Amino acid sequence: MFRSLIAATLALAAGLSAAQAADIRVACYSDGNECEATAELSARFMKENPDINVVIDKMAYTAILESLPVQLAGGNGPDVARVTLFGTVAKYFLDLTPYLKDPAYWETNFGGSLSWMRKDAADKGIYGLATQMTVTGPIVNKSLFDQASVAIPGPKATWDDWAAAAQKVAKATGTPYGMAWDRSGHRFAGPAISYGAKYFNADGSLAVVDDGFKAMATRLIGWANDGTFEKDVWASAGGGSYRDAFNEFANGKIAVYLSGSWQVTRLQKQIGDAFDWVVAGNPCGPAACSGMPGGAGFVAFKGTKHPKEVARWLEWLASAPVYAEWMSMTSNIPGHAGLQKGGVTYHLTPAGNAAIKAFSANAPAISPVAYKLVGSPLSGSIYTASAERISQAMSGQITTDQAFARVTQDLADAAAAARK
Amino acid sequence: MTPLTTLFGVVMNLPERPMRWAQGRLREGRLGWVFVAPNLAVFALFSFLPVAIDIYYALTGGTALLPSERPYVGAENFSSLLVCDNYFDADSCRRDVFWHGIWNTLRFVVFQVGLMLSLSLVTALVLNRKIIGRGFFRAAFFYPVLLSPVVVALIWKWILQREGVLNAGFASVGAAPVNWLLDANWAFFWSVFVSIWAHMGFYTLILLAGLQAIPAEVHEAASMDATPPFRHFRKITLPLLMPNLLVVLVLGLIRAVQMFDEVYVLTGGGPGTATTFIVQYIYKTGFADQVRQYGLAAAASLLLAFVLLGLTLVQLKGMRRGA
Repeated sequence: MFRSLIAATLALAAGLSAAQAADIRVACYSDGNECEATAELSARFMKENPDINVVIDKMAYTAILESLPVQLAGGNGPDVARVTLFGTVAKYFLDLTPYLKDPAYWETNFGGSLSWMRKDAADKGIYGLATQMTVTGPIVNKSLFDQASVAIPGPKATWDDWAAAAQKVAKATGTPYGMAWDRSGHRFAGPAISYGAKYFNADGSLAVVDDGFKAMATRLIGWANDGTFEKDVWASAGGGSYRDAFNEFANGKIAVYLSGSWQVTRLQKQIGDAFDWVVAGNPCGPAACSGMPGGAGFVAFKGTKHPKEVARWLEWLASAPVYAEWMSMTSNIPGHAGLQKGGVTYHLTPAGNAAIKAFSANAPAISPVAYKLVGSPLSGSIYTASAERISQAMSGQITTDQAFARVTQDLADAAAAARK
Repeated sequence: MTPLTTLFGVVMNLPERPMRWAQGRLREGRLGWVFVAPNLAVFALFSFLPVAIDIYYALTGGTALLPSERPYVGAENFSSLLVCDNYFDADSCRRDVFWHGIWNTLRFVVFQVGLMLSLSLVTALVLNRKIIGRGFFRAAFFYPVLLSPVVVALIWKWILQREGVLNAGFASVGAAPVNWLLDANWAFFWSVFVSIWAHMGFYTLILLAGLQAIPAEVHEAASMDATPPFRHFRKITLPLLMPNLLVVLVLGLIRAVQMFDEVYVLTGGGPGTATTFIVQYIYKTGFADQVRQYGLAAAASLLLAFVLLGLTLVQLKGMRRGA
């Protein structure tokens, strides 16, 4: 009697343990509604796969930037996280290849974004799934341009042309500033590359401050000082901290705003019918008419106890119908090559739809230098140093030449520390 | 005797035997260590161990978080922080942001502590008098202390930003708006102002308690001798308030050297590095930059710790002298 009671208890415990779902914890941040959409889709996934429990922990973008590397180093990280600066946490990535049913599908459809998650060209691992592709570009307050009777600059117009047009609009309409850019070295890099910045030597070593970089930085500081560019966004913050100029644009305080495709949902929601806005092609320089590519992705980490389950969940999200639905829900440009050719139906306003199309149309003009920069493990340090030092020069604390010398020194220090 | 008191007696007598035994074995002098051992263990775990870890990180380099993965670099982090052509010109230093942080912190300490001490003293003196609505004013001055530093900074940011309340007020009287947080001097001024506004109530309270502890007879005797008010303040009130003033001074100094949260939210350390303080540099270097230089941040925090240690010693010396 006693033996059979023990046997029954053990059998029950074993059964319970088998029935217990594997928890996958996902650290997620939202540009718009990415975490909410992922949670909604994951609820469907969990119904189909009752042995897996996906928990989406929504957090601030800065928490991902600042806390995630510490958590991972301490061995307390999540199973999966939504990341933009892949190089920061690349050493903790889990190669999903052995757990995927069809790795070739990933290579064919997500090849571009997979390379950003890899350490170098020799690395062939599959570490995660792009949750969106982003492209930067100028967003224009068309109502202000119409009101000022100034034509929006055409496809081959340079940044100088754009600055002049924006300034003309600002003067004619009594708008405080013509132009503003997000305070970000990433945003600065597109125009700099257009003006010839290479960021790297031929051997791949860092060479950030060259003639192209100097040309654009000098222009930007000049625009800030002559009132064309809204100085507040860059100069009133310290360090390399990110600050967007979204509210200034949404409140009709600037005519041209350099940001990216991830803002579309916010733009249509917050601006509504207040004024007409359009996305234009990226302004040109002597070298290119480039914006910056970018993207975020769900990456899996080595510390997970459920690699198979993580792979199953990501594989389900990556399947074309689910991925298309996901992109439609979040109004993002897909990282899926097949769907990039028009496989996503967006539920946006006409302005929103036109903006997504315009951003997508900017993608082919992106310079190879921009892709190389985004894939660099030191990209975050390059962006930080650019924003911090250009801001200092803008506020008059240091000269432009001192800013260039400081960017070079900061990056040499960062590279040396990363090598140790 | 109730069963409860019996039980209480038994429980209270339980340690007697082991204590007698310990007293016999360890003697009276060493027995004290047994009593302080639990506290010492807590201190060791939460104070001494973090300091030891900080020292270890300051002597190692690289970007790895785990101590075992960090290479020993000796004093390299300290020397990197201290390389300067001219210590009075932060831009001539290799780690210019660190030195801007040092000089900004020193400037902040001088202005913020000096002004806060004076204003707290004046406020305490006024609130110690029998004025109408004394209770209300005491609560009003103390209220900002109850607010979270982030809330304080956000409130003032809304007031001071270009489209903020202050500029709206200026616009309503036809005055031109001012970019309060874009000008280095204004940004620094508002950092000092907001910090005083947020903390003055606490120090006023300490000084008010000190004023109320001065025996009324002393004041009465001075009045009977027809002592002029300023002389009364200088020769009676101020000396008797000195212990409280010393506490306020040292607490204010330590808080000012550690300033981070309010100013970080208000100005982000800008414009440029105009309001970047030393703690923000430590945070940025160790936790916000993409390449995290924990060793450098640890070295900077140790230098800060030496400054705070110095201030604490001044306080101890002052208190002993006062006693």
